[in-house]
Amino acid sequence: MKRYTIFVITENFIGILNRITIIFTRRGINIDALTASESRVDGIHRITIEVTTSEEMVIQLVNQIEKVIDVIKAFYHEDEGVVYQEIALYKIPVTRLDGGLEKIIRQHNAKIIAAEPQFVVLELTGHKEQTQELLEILKGYGLLEFARSGRVAVAKRMVTIDDFIK
Amino acid sequence: MKESMIRGADIVVQSLIAEQAEIIFGYPGGAIMPVYDALYDYHEQIKHVLTRHEQGAIHAAQGYARVSGKVGVCLATSGPGATNLITGLADAQIDSTPLVCITGQVAAHLLGTDAFQETDVVGISMPGTKWNIQVRRVEDIAPAIAKGFYIARSGRPGPVLIDITKNAQVDFGEMNYTPCLGFRSYKVHLPVEKTSIQKAAELINQSERPYVLYGQGVVLGKAETELKFFLDKTGIPAASTLLGSGALSQDHPCFVGKLGMHGNYAPNILTNQCDVLIAVGMRFDDRVTGDLKRYAKQAKVIHLELDPSEINKNVKADVPVLGDCKESLSMLTEAVEKKSHPDWLAKFRELEELEKEAVMQHDISPTKTGLTMGEVINQINQYKADDAVLVTDVGQHQMIAWRYFNYKKPHTQITSGGLGTMGFALPAALGAQLYDYSRQVICVLGDGGIQMTIQELGTIMQTKAPVKIVLLNNNYLGMVRQWQQMFFDKRYSFTELDNPDFIKIAEAYGIKAQRIKSREGLTEAIEDMLIYDGSYFLEVMVEKEDNVFPMIATGCSVEEVRLS
Repeated sequence: MKRYTIFVITENFIGILNRITIIFTRRGINIDALTASESRVDGIHRITIEVTTSEEMVIQLVNQIEKVIDVIKAFYHEDEGVVYQEIALYKIPVTRLDGGLEKIIRQHNAKIIAAEPQFVVLELTGHKEQTQELLEILKGYGLLEFARSGRVAVAKRMVTIDDFIK
Repeated sequence: MKESMIRGADIVVQSLIAEQAEIIFGYPGGAIMPVYDALYDYHEQIKHVLTRHEQGAIHAAQGYARVSGKVGVCLATSGPGATNLITGLADAQIDSTPLVCITGQVAAHLLGTDAFQETDVVGISMPGTKWNIQVRRVEDIAPAIAKGFYIARSGRPGPVLIDITKNAQVDFGEMNYTPCLGFRSYKVHLPVEKTSIQKAAELINQSERPYVLYGQGVVLGKAETELKFFLDKTGIPAASTLLGSGALSQDHPCFVGKLGMHGNYAPNILTNQCDVLIAVGMRFDDRVTGDLKRYAKQAKVIHLELDPSEINKNVKADVPVLGDCKESLSMLTEAVEKKSHPDWLAKFRELEELEKEAVMQHDISPTKTGLTMGEVINQINQYKADDAVLVTDVGQHQMIAWRYFNYKKPHTQITSGGLGTMGFALPAALGAQLYDYSRQVICVLGDGGIQMTIQELGTIMQTKAPVKIVLLNNNYLGMVRQWQQMFFDKRYSFTELDNPDFIKIAEAYGIKAQRIKSREGLTEAIEDMLIYDGSYFLEVMVEKEDNVFPMIATGCSVEEVRLS
């Protein structure tokens, strides 16, 4: 079992995400995180899926994803093959804002992105381990809400979408 | 509005005509009524067959597609009409049958409101189609149909569903049909790589005990001649999967039998003795391989396959040869040395003798009074035409008919292979017959399966399709009963049937019918049936508790195939 990032380059059609996720459902594989966005090419979307499974399974998944008619290309990498980030938001009550918290924010390179009369929102971008570490600390500061994005990633390999739509 | 504009419903029908669809199997209803109204004007250009149930329509379209190699077309309304297609879609998906199914849908402004007969058929059918789409605007109808036909018939064929909202059917639009010739996200197949051919040829040339397994891919790829030439040159023993039957004439000297759970003895056992396994257009289904951990481990595997996702899916290929097998087989034939394998082939014949004594003797020339399914099929062989099409349902009769039917031509085997859909045979036989009235279509089924789609006798009556229906009646769900006998201590839980008088039913539909209870008269009845001008219903009362052998029990290895 290992962590893999699957990249899917698709046409921007209704239902495409559904078509892809049912492949995971059929095989009983849990999706750890998923993000979808437009690519730099008009009309082409990219979906990034994080899974923990065996390499054998990830190959079968990728083959079956690529078989979906509106999928242009699917491929996978181990963590070493990708540059990736996740973003996390933390909502803290203003009453807990003190010198100690300020120090923590600075140490973790987090940012205050919103300050309201009752709460502040911190943002941290990084790998899951980093956002998780800050989460554990902030639980001691009356954390009100926490949200973390899926992985956004680019492959280290030197290929571009243009290579796939030639 | 421009004068050249026509209704969306007319665009639907004209698009089907543009794709050279000759026949539509369907059933009308509210949300598809505009298309039915349009069909009224085109009855000279395109035929419509009204089945008695949408499941009948889609199985008929499958039968038509399988016998003709063309795309089967099917039409249904929204809601229950659409959901009744699902079994057929799943069946066509797993057996790679090209279909275009068009369903009506509630008007676009009602979508998502639980309107009358609204169902999310695009969502429901997603895993069971090669592609599907919902069309909500009249201008999108023709492009969707063009793309649908292209996807259904190209590459590895499969079913497509196009759901068209009612507003799109009644709105007016321009008809300028452009056939689809490809698009960027869909690669039909990869070109065959010369290096893989070379590697495969080297393995084959060095091999002492090579073995060919061929599947439906050969038929779908129209590569029957290429397979024959390859075997002519190499002299390699060749065995067929269930759906591959017909791709090679059984008279060919290299033909050694059929594979899998109820296939022949030698082809299964010797899978674990060959040194090179050459799989052509087959997908190593679990019913073929038995226990994968003990499947052909000694052999180097060459896999000729169109669909990249099939490579290494079940059996690891040492040399995958991706691409169209029509191309790869002829390249491979070029590259290999002329050879023969008399000793190796003789091994198959030796084991065949064991099967003849232990199984076939009983099946074909029984000494007991009760009739066997095998002797019925054997009698059919004596009188059938070379290109007679065998359509079977699912169960004991299916396995026995497959085992004993003498396949000589391609497109003569129509059965539900991957999905195992009971109720498939009767409508599929109808569809196959409607492709060609002059072809002999023999529909063999059991007393369980026939009752799942028995209403299609009405369609056979109305179309006067001269289908020959052979009901092998043992008053049991025979295959389940066999498993209960072998693996569940003979606890026959809900497998015995109290059946109606099938002869009266057939006659009520105006179909000539006859019942045979004993051996005398069987030959004559079969002869009568096959020469009869029109549809014919022959019920044969067979031995109640007969079993299908050989058999590879679930979880067993191919070499553990049992003769009793």
